[in-house]
Amino acid sequence: MVNPASASSPSARAPLLQTIGISKRYGSFLANDSVDLDLYTGEIHALLGENGAGKSTLVKTMYGLIQPSAGELRFLGEKLELSGPSDARARGIAMVFQHFSLFDNLTVAENVALGLDGSESFAAMSARLAQVSRDYGLPLDPNREVWRLSVGERQRIEIVRALMQNPKLLILDEPTAVLTPQEADQLFTVLFRLKSEGRALLYISHKLDEVKRLCDTATILRGGKKISTCDPRQETAASLARMMVGAEIGEVKATSARASTVPRLLINDLSFEPDDPHGVYLKGISVEVKGGEILGIAGVAGNGQDELFSALSGERIAPHEDNVIIDGHAAGHLSVTDRRKLGAAFVPEERLGHGTAPRMKLSENALLTGHAASDMVHHGFVDKPKTLETVDKTTKTFDVRKAKRDPEAASLSGGNLQKFIVGREILREPGVLIVSQPTWGVDAGAAAVIRQALLDLSGRGSAVLVISQDLDELAEIADRMAVMFHGHLSEPIAAADATREKLGLLMGGASPAQAEAGRDREAVHAIGA
Amino acid sequence: MQLVLEKRAERSTKIAIASPLIAIALTLVTMSILFAILGKNPIAALIVYFVEPLTDSFTLMEIAVKATPLVMIAVGLSLCYLANVWNIGAEGQFIMGAVCGSYLAVVTNGTDAGPWVLPAMLLMGAAGGALWALIPALCKVKFGANEILTSLMLVYVADLIMDYLVRGPWRDPKGMNFPTTASFDPVATVPTLFETGRIHWGAVVALIVVALATVMLGRTIKGFEIRVVGAAPRAARFAGFSSNRLVLFTFAISGALAGLAGIIEVAGPVGVLQPGISPGYGFTAIIVAFLGRLNPVGILIAGLFLALTFIGGEGAQISMKIPLDLTKVFQGILLFYVLACDSLILYRIRLIATAKKASHGVA
Repeated sequence: MVNPASASSPSARAPLLQTIGISKRYGSFLANDSVDLDLYTGEIHALLGENGAGKSTLVKTMYGLIQPSAGELRFLGEKLELSGPSDARARGIAMVFQHFSLFDNLTVAENVALGLDGSESFAAMSARLAQVSRDYGLPLDPNREVWRLSVGERQRIEIVRALMQNPKLLILDEPTAVLTPQEADQLFTVLFRLKSEGRALLYISHKLDEVKRLCDTATILRGGKKISTCDPRQETAASLARMMVGAEIGEVKATSARASTVPRLLINDLSFEPDDPHGVYLKGISVEVKGGEILGIAGVAGNGQDELFSALSGERIAPHEDNVIIDGHAAGHLSVTDRRKLGAAFVPEERLGHGTAPRMKLSENALLTGHAASDMVHHGFVDKPKTLETVDKTTKTFDVRKAKRDPEAASLSGGNLQKFIVGREILREPGVLIVSQPTWGVDAGAAAVIRQALLDLSGRGSAVLVISQDLDELAEIADRMAVMFHGHLSEPIAAADATREKLGLLMGGASPAQAEAGRDREAVHAIGA
Repeated sequence: MQLVLEKRAERSTKIAIASPLIAIALTLVTMSILFAILGKNPIAALIVYFVEPLTDSFTLMEIAVKATPLVMIAVGLSLCYLANVWNIGAEGQFIMGAVCGSYLAVVTNGTDAGPWVLPAMLLMGAAGGALWALIPALCKVKFGANEILTSLMLVYVADLIMDYLVRGPWRDPKGMNFPTTASFDPVATVPTLFETGRIHWGAVVALIVVALATVMLGRTIKGFEIRVVGAAPRAARFAGFSSNRLVLFTFAISGALAGLAGIIEVAGPVGVLQPGISPGYGFTAIIVAFLGRLNPVGILIAGLFLALTFIGGEGAQISMKIPLDLTKVFQGILLFYVLACDSLILYRIRLIATAKKASHGVA
């Protein structure tokens, strides 16, 4: 057997890791269709593609989580067969996942120790952890429990854990999805540093501006196939998007007849203890949403958005009945069903398991929220044709693509399922719609459909409240924006005045006055510390 | 080579039907090995167990008699299990149903009470089982007590209550000190269906229960609620379904059905209240519920099959001196295989070639 170390006398442009004709087949579905990809040291390589394009399958193959059906990996020119992630880590391939795998009740150091092979003492490991995090400007206290940390800090744990293995290749799966603009900037500094150290980075994203700013090379996947490898700096965001989607994306347009003066949703001084001991206290939240208006609530995840959503939907009953007023009716004490009967509709963040029962058919999932205020139920008996009719109508109006008429919810792609969930609520013509992360993890085409549907609904006089981490999305559809931080909701500001910088500072906990004066760099640094 | 479990995109309906059959086949293989270890001819033993009872009209009717309580209890349990509520105490609810219903039979014994006695006994039996089942349900809802433990422990309490009554206040004065009540009067007895054989109107009640449960699960919003709460609790809460309310509902229904099965058993085939009225129906029904895919019609078939093992086990004890306890072993092994095979509904087994470790070289 050839010793890979001796074979690695790389010419200047020998790839570190290559995928050669990688295919992955699931039954009749081809998730990857002979994909070739070259990753070089000292380079940040973007992997672009819509949901379901095969990005995750490809990187999971590189990380040893999936065995390819055909094709091979080459590491420094040598054929590489990975038996699992630990094998990949041993070769110097590390990955930071989009969804963190951390234990809330353990400390930072304990969490990191769990991911390492345990060949060094805990004290030595802790010291090295502190050292690595200091070196890279990713400050972390090894002895703090994870539940006390912000989302950005939790991501730092994952990155530091990966760096402690001194990887040659670092794979990052949508790392900025959960960060404020300022936190994302800090992350980019770290990534540039890793690149200058001669590591290879594979950066999965669908934020095109970021990719243009950060990456040297971009590979675009669509439908499991590689469409192109290009230099993103030479492309426009529009041309990249075209390659990802395979078609032009329609711009969303607001219909006229907006903003009446009548508030249809009122939240009055809502203070709320969390269910979960690690949850967030809501503190005196007051805001109103008028008919014909979209109010956007920005903020980094975990600042009370989930708690606010469950208080508004009625999954948790508010302390006072006039904390929540829907179309003039005090609804704070009402159940979800009764709030739906008042004409409210809700779309939660989590599609599978919250918005739908994953292993149930779409018609049953139509009944899930439709049983409250429609004619799907007569004297306790379910009218099955009616539920199917809702599925058909939603499918048609919102272009939901699926393999058969009434499949299980879990079998739909994220974008199509989200179109179904949003469509199911909008078809009921709600007077008040509360929606959380409407296009999270959804492909660009579906996102445009969903945003247009929200705009159209508000155009017909409904009040729409959108909780979102995606500032671009809020800029596109919201009339006013407020920011959640540590359970407080800021005063709403008109969308026209809401610059990224101002919102970013509010998301980091600055008061509106500070944010107003926030162009000075001091404030930015204060948040970084 | 490596065996891996791979998640399927949709649940496989084919496997959902095949899984119990695979489980039965594996159980038969395991049982054959056990028979061989005991020094019995496996083929002969299996024939005594599973074929002979089917060749005789008397044993066929006995199978129906044994299946009646199993099916009624298992239908109730399936509602609980579908909703992710774990009622393990059907045996106790069965006994309390028998006790509460028997109260009327005991106090009207030898009087001129009219034909209202039997219907009233059935009602009281169902109510007794339901109330007994509501104890663990309330403990769960109010204090978060684990219903598996509380419902199971209440089985022994129910057993001792019955024991006390038949040895004490309800003992038949003319019963020569045997722990039993007096034989029930004809008005307190469930009539048999035919002139001969012990098959009784309870079997018809069981069929009605199966039909009602099928309609409820498939067509009503309540049935939908039960399925959603079990399959996706968070989505159920989002749908406005209260899981606490459903814990009470499913426990009450399954308790009522177990209680009804209990009073029908003592007022039918047994005819008196005495210890040992149940050969573990409440526990065997758990196996019936799972073997029947938590589906009422499936439960009907599974109930008949498990009843066959009771009858076959008795036959094997008589003709081949195989211990009766082996029937319980059989049922336990069956449940084990059913649960194992069920993972194939959502997952598939795949053989995967792994990288040869030899090519690692010096890292």
